[in-house]
Amino acid sequence: MAHWRGYELLQAVDVVAGYPGRPSVLHGVSIEVPTGGFVGILGPNGSGKTTLLRALAGVIRPARGHIRLDGHDLTPLSRQALARRMAVVAQETHLAFDYSVLEVVMMGRYPHLATFEIEGPEDFSIAREAMRATGTLQLQERQFDTLSGGEKQRVIVAAALAQISGAADDGILLLDEPTVALDLAYQLELGELLRERQRRVPLTIAVSTHDLNFAANLCRTLVLLKDGHVLAAGSTDDVLTSEHIRELYDVEADVTRHSPTGRVIVIPVRRSPARSQS
Amino acid sequence: MTVALARRLTLTVSGFGLLAVAAILTSPLVGSTHISLRRAFDRAIPFADNVDAQIFFIARLPRTLAGALVGSLLASAGVVFQGLLRNPLATPFTLGVSAGAALGAMLAITFSWSFAWAGVSAAVAASFLGSLAAVGIVYALAQARHRGLSTNVLLLAGVTMNAFFSALILFVQYFADFAQTYRILRWLMGDLDISSYQPLVSALPLLIVSFVSFAWLARPLNLLSLGDESAETRGLNVVRAQRTAFVSASLATGAAVSVGGPVGFIGIVVPHLVRLIVGPDHRLVLPASALFGAAFLVGCDVLARTVMSPIELPVGVITALIGGPFFLWLLVRKR
Repeated sequence: MAHWRGYELLQAVDVVAGYPGRPSVLHGVSIEVPTGGFVGILGPNGSGKTTLLRALAGVIRPARGHIRLDGHDLTPLSRQALARRMAVVAQETHLAFDYSVLEVVMMGRYPHLATFEIEGPEDFSIAREAMRATGTLQLQERQFDTLSGGEKQRVIVAAALAQISGAADDGILLLDEPTVALDLAYQLELGELLRERQRRVPLTIAVSTHDLNFAANLCRTLVLLKDGHVLAAGSTDDVLTSEHIRELYDVEADVTRHSPTGRVIVIPVRRSPARSQS
Repeated sequence: MTVALARRLTLTVSGFGLLAVAAILTSPLVGSTHISLRRAFDRAIPFADNVDAQIFFIARLPRTLAGALVGSLLASAGVVFQGLLRNPLATPFTLGVSAGAALGAMLAITFSWSFAWAGVSAAVAASFLGSLAAVGIVYALAQARHRGLSTNVLLLAGVTMNAFFSALILFVQYFADFAQTYRILRWLMGDLDISSYQPLVSALPLLIVSFVSFAWLARPLNLLSLGDESAETRGLNVVRAQRTAFVSASLATGAAVSVGGPVGFIGIVVPHLVRLIVGPDHRLVLPASALFGAAFLVGCDVLARTVMSPIELPVGVITALIGGPFFLWLLVRKR
């Protein structure tokens, strides 16, 4: 257990956020991402998962409330300083030109270089380590665009790991619906990769996802978002209940434990009876 | 591929640099009239009597240098537009930015505007402002569609901008006298037929500023290929990088067009050939395109001066004959 400092590593405090010219998406959301935690953000389409993640990443500024890193507001931090601590894995990545895998991973080193500085041997060894950890080292000469969806996602994770390498025990990885474009084998592979990485190095992870079983399998704490509000938050076992799932998705689901693995699993049974035409 | 970038950069710059130097040294010797270098540089003969020296220094050398300047500016501006709009078909010419610059320069020439500011002449300044206006429209379009411009939107916008600026150019031409009209028509095709160093000197400040900006932009352009948001979370100030890119590419286009007119297709042919050789990293593509662009346009101009000798074609005719089919081939090949 990390020493309690009176604040969590990354916090959203009463955040109201959205996009210019449109009604706000988040209406006062507070969440906590503890050091070394693995936090899942769950919710239906339009609930504000991605918006929350973008606010946490500093890509959009809250209209009200704060994002705090180490207890301090994110706003005065430079993009570059923030990028050395926190990396984001986007849902999908399309490149405009034919970069090789190694070149894509090396782009993660951008915030560590001065204006006209060129990557040195240390950056290459960090990139190689990140590729080894994600099983992409043998792909390094390949063109990124020729890879499968799962391979691409692993390469982007490698770039993210290379980006926050050197952040000591404070590196943060945010993933935005990482399994959307992946088939089953790659989903399992990505989950295993993240878990394994957290076992080896101190790393804090927050992930937004649709996939209840992916979240149940990996996340230690969950935040349930509905219509821009936090419906429930806490340890996975406490939060992932039939009642919450009904409220969140209007779906009747059985939540049980899979006996061979001891994992919590969610079995959606049917759509909840329509709650009147209100 | 793991060869350190510094070494690849040295190789790239020296390779393409040699090519550019070779083109610039050879070009003044080739033409409809044979000249002797020895006579041209013979100080014993007074310049007024030395036909070889006159052809060399007044007719051919400024024209060669103009080709090098215009070629390197348009090729690297093409690279910047392509990286910025995340579309390999974007160039000053296809976006209509060259036409905007041409309109500006034409206004200055036709109405004989004659102010100069910090060594920058009215024609150069007007040309820059014209390209900036055109780029502003492209920027607004790209912002409105914040996922970068699709090829369809890009080409349609380019066609529209070109048609719009061409109409304005025809309108302005109406005010030009008969002698000016012929000269303007040639210049609008892209022509390096200049016989003084003055336009080059006048464009120089813009060239310097845009090349310094391009050097700074090389790495940001790499990140922008990932998409705006991914670039931002990797630590890039995306808005600043985009604005720098738009303004410096406008400067480069303005400078180039004020000298040589809207020469087409350099910005697409050169960067594509360069990427085939050095790969996509902008830190290599930009310097290589600047050097190869110079060599390429100087080479095209040699062709323009010699294929129908003694008639000299505007160089834009040659680049269009090469670039047009090349562009179509790229369009077909693109998935």
